[in-house]
This record gives sequence, structure tokens and C-alpha cells, in this order.
Amino acid sequence: MEDVAIIGAAMTEFGDRDGWIRELLVEAAEAGLADAGIDPDAPDHVYVANMASGEFEGQTGIANALVHDLNAMPAYTQRVDQTSASGGAGLYAAWQSVASGASECTLLVGGEKMTHRTTGEATDVIASLTHPAEYKHGITLPSFAGLIARAYLERYDAPRESLARVAVKNHRHGMDNPHAQFRKEVDLETVLDSPLVADPLRLYDFCPITDGAAAAVLVPASVAKEYTDEYVLIDGVAGATDTHVVHQRPDPTVMNAVVDSGDAAFAMSEHAREDIDVAELHDMFTILEFLQMEGLGFAEPGTAWEQVQAGRTTREGALPINTSGGLKSKGHPLGATGVAQIHELYAQLTDTAGPRQVDADVGLACNVGGFGNCVTTTILERA
Amino acid sequence: MSDEPPLVAYRYEDGSLACPGHPRGPAGDDPVDELDLSEYTGEVVTFTVARATPPGVRAPNPVAIVEFTIEGETVRAIGQLSTESVSIGDTVTPVYTAQLRDPEQSLREPASQNWDGYRFEPV
Repeated sequence: MEDVAIIGAAMTEFGDRDGWIRELLVEAAEAGLADAGIDPDAPDHVYVANMASGEFEGQTGIANALVHDLNAMPAYTQRVDQTSASGGAGLYAAWQSVASGASECTLLVGGEKMTHRTTGEATDVIASLTHPAEYKHGITLPSFAGLIARAYLERYDAPRESLARVAVKNHRHGMDNPHAQFRKEVDLETVLDSPLVADPLRLYDFCPITDGAAAAVLVPASVAKEYTDEYVLIDGVAGATDTHVVHQRPDPTVMNAVVDSGDAAFAMSEHAREDIDVAELHDMFTILEFLQMEGLGFAEPGTAWEQVQAGRTTREGALPINTSGGLKSKGHPLGATGVAQIHELYAQLTDTAGPRQVDADVGLACNVGGFGNCVTTTILERA
Repeated sequence: MSDEPPLVAYRYEDGSLACPGHPRGPAGDDPVDELDLSEYTGEVVTFTVARATPPGVRAPNPVAIVEFTIEGETVRAIGQLSTESVSIGDTVTPVYTAQLRDPEQSLREPASQNWDGYRFEPV
């Protein structure tokens, strides 16, 4: 297997965008290719991470569309759908393509166009990933978040305020991200007084509905220097799957696919958990940041909230989490999110994160699909 | 006996239960039997009241994960609650509901699944 490097990354502005899925993908792809300093005809493979362009927009075949719009024929292309974890799954597929030798240069683009739908409609598109026994009861992803957040707070006697601190932190981080949907600071009171959505969770415990796209370019590490001095290495990457039916997990507060993908990524990596300097976690809901910190081994079960309360996960803390602002502030265009996580780590590990910059040599991204149904974990290191 | 359809749980060769059932159990076993959970009471494991619901779903939509203990085996189910007034640990009974959400307003193909089922009501 070849070692694999990322030689360029980019993302569009996230938010309520005028462009449709094709335009968003092209915008991110062109920016990613430009960042890597390569022409559109350079990639052998093009992977497009996207959950639901057919359901949202009635546009399928978007991988083919992107290759034609870039005039990148005859590059092999495929769409990668792993719901909210499509971006991480795309990175895994892109890594496989280069590591196996099947591709000498791979372009990964993730994107989603969502904001033209009402909140209810977008929620239903996402909820369509659920089992019929869940779907018929109107169970949505926010419902799962409320159910599991209540179980977690009750079992570990964690204060409600600790979840609000995740939102406050990530909004503060997002203030310095020019691509973020919300560049607005919020205080604890605002979060705790915001409208109930799925109690105990309130509006500010949830990420917004977002349009946007992100891109990365991968090549064999052995030739990365021929392209640029600004590259990072993929040190570990893995994916795992949990039950489709959420309540059938032995412990609903444990995301087994986070545990398993994290274990597999660390097994591949030269690095241990204590080597991680910065992490991008999938904070679609504030509770998910706790569950991933614990699943990845950054905190013992039931204690992640203590680390958040103590400020350990802020930009100034021992383990900065979501320096990008996370999904919470940056936004969550489903298929783009996992690629945008890679974009943030790429920036941090090449010292190009500007005011968000932290002191980091090794970074980790965890991308969660469903309510932990499908998860990928990626470990990147400074070249 | 009622004409209402059962709240089906599968029993597998190793004795474990699952609701909904799957072709293979948690240990990889084949299903050997079906139980009707509507004949039992369960205990609320956790609950929430969803206030932003998709088209065709009632708002607010209180839902719970409920655990049943049957002959020493536990099995959980998820479903709507008949009330917002519930606490963790409450005992609930399944109550048949002919239509849980409006399939015509849902993204999913109406004919692809059933839309009736059981709400949980505190005893």
C-alpha cells in the first residue's frame, strides 16, 4: 500500500447559497484543484460525496456532471453516499484509490444543497435513513438526539449547561472561520433560553440546514513534494457500522461505530490518542461531541462533559475540538461535512488556519452518519 | 383477543429478543418465534418531545424508548407516547393506533411500509 498525502483542500462559503448542487461542487472542486496547483485533467479518480441530491433537488448523476463540468474526462468517478458521513466515506474511498495504486491523483468533492427546502422537508429527507419502525413514528435525527441526551444527562448526572457550553465554544470558534454559516457568538443564557426542539435539547444544540461544498486532492506521499511543500499525510483512516435501529444498541449512549472506526484508525496510525493535538468532531447536535470524545477515547464514559466544562476543548485548551466552528457554527451540508473537516485539519497542519491556528502536528476527524449508524475516523499528520 | 395487529418481537435461537426483528439476531441466530409485546407493559428508558416535526407528523411528537422484560430477557421498542407527561422509569402499556403519521405527506413511498402501530401510554 502506498502512503497517501493530501496536497490541497478548499471549501465554499457555507450557508444559504444561490447555487445548486452542480455549481457548489464545481466551485469547491476548482478551488481545491487550484490549492493543489493542478489542472482539472490531472485526477485519475473523482469521488463525489453526497447524501441526497436526488431527494433534495431531483438531480442524480452528479459525479458524472461534475467530471463533465470540469472537463476532467475520462477520469473514473463515483458518488459516495453514507448519509451525513458521506464526506468521511469519500475520503476513505479516495485514500483507497491512491493507496492501492489504482489512481495516481484523486479529487474528492463533497457537497449538499438543502436550504431551498423547508426545515420539515429537509428533516424528512434526513429521517428517511431510519428503519420503517422508527420512521412511522415520526422519529427524526433531532428526536434521537433528545432521547439520548436525556439518557446521558440522567445517567451521569451531567448538568444541562455542559451541553450548552459545546454550542458556546463552537460558535466562538466559528467567529474566525470566513466560510462559516454563523459567525456569531452566543452566550450560555441564549442557548439555555432558546426554544425547545427535542427536550432537553434546544435550538442552539442543533446545527443549521446548510448549502455548501468542500474538496481535497490526494496523491501518493512519495510524489507529494513534486506538487507542493504544503501537504499533510493520511496516517490512519477507517470506517465502521452500527445497528440501523438505534434502540437496539446494548447501550444507547455508546456509539459503537465511533469506537470501532476510532480503534481501527489508531491501529493503522503511528500515533496514540494522547498524540492528537486537534480534532474535528461531528457536532450535528451538542450531545454528539460528548459521545465522540468518549467513543474515541479522549474521555472516559460519562466524563466528556467535565472536560468541556473545564475548557479543555477550546482553542486555548489541551485538546481543541472543532476549531472550524464545527457543524454547529460552520453549518452541515451533509455530503460536504466530512470533507470540510479534512479541510480544517489540512489548514491546521499546514499552518494556514489564520486566527484559528493552534499548535498541532496530528489531527483527527470523526464523521458520523445517521445517529452513529455509519462512522469514519481519519488521522492526519504534518508532513 | 383483539383484531389489532401484534407489536411483533422476534425471538432467536439463543433466547434473545428484538423489536423490530431482523433476519439474524444479535448473536447471528435465526429467528424461531414471534412474541406480541402489546400484551406486556414496559418501562420508559428515555423520552423526548420533538417540536419541529416533518410533514405529516403530529407536533409536538412525544416519543420514548421502552424496555420490556419477558421471562428474564429484555427487549426495547421505540414509539410515540400518548402524552407529554412521562418520566424515566414510568410503566407504560402499548395502545394500538391506526395511523401514526400521514404517509401521503411523507417522503417515503406509502406502500413500502405500514403506518399503524402502538403508542405508549402511562399505566
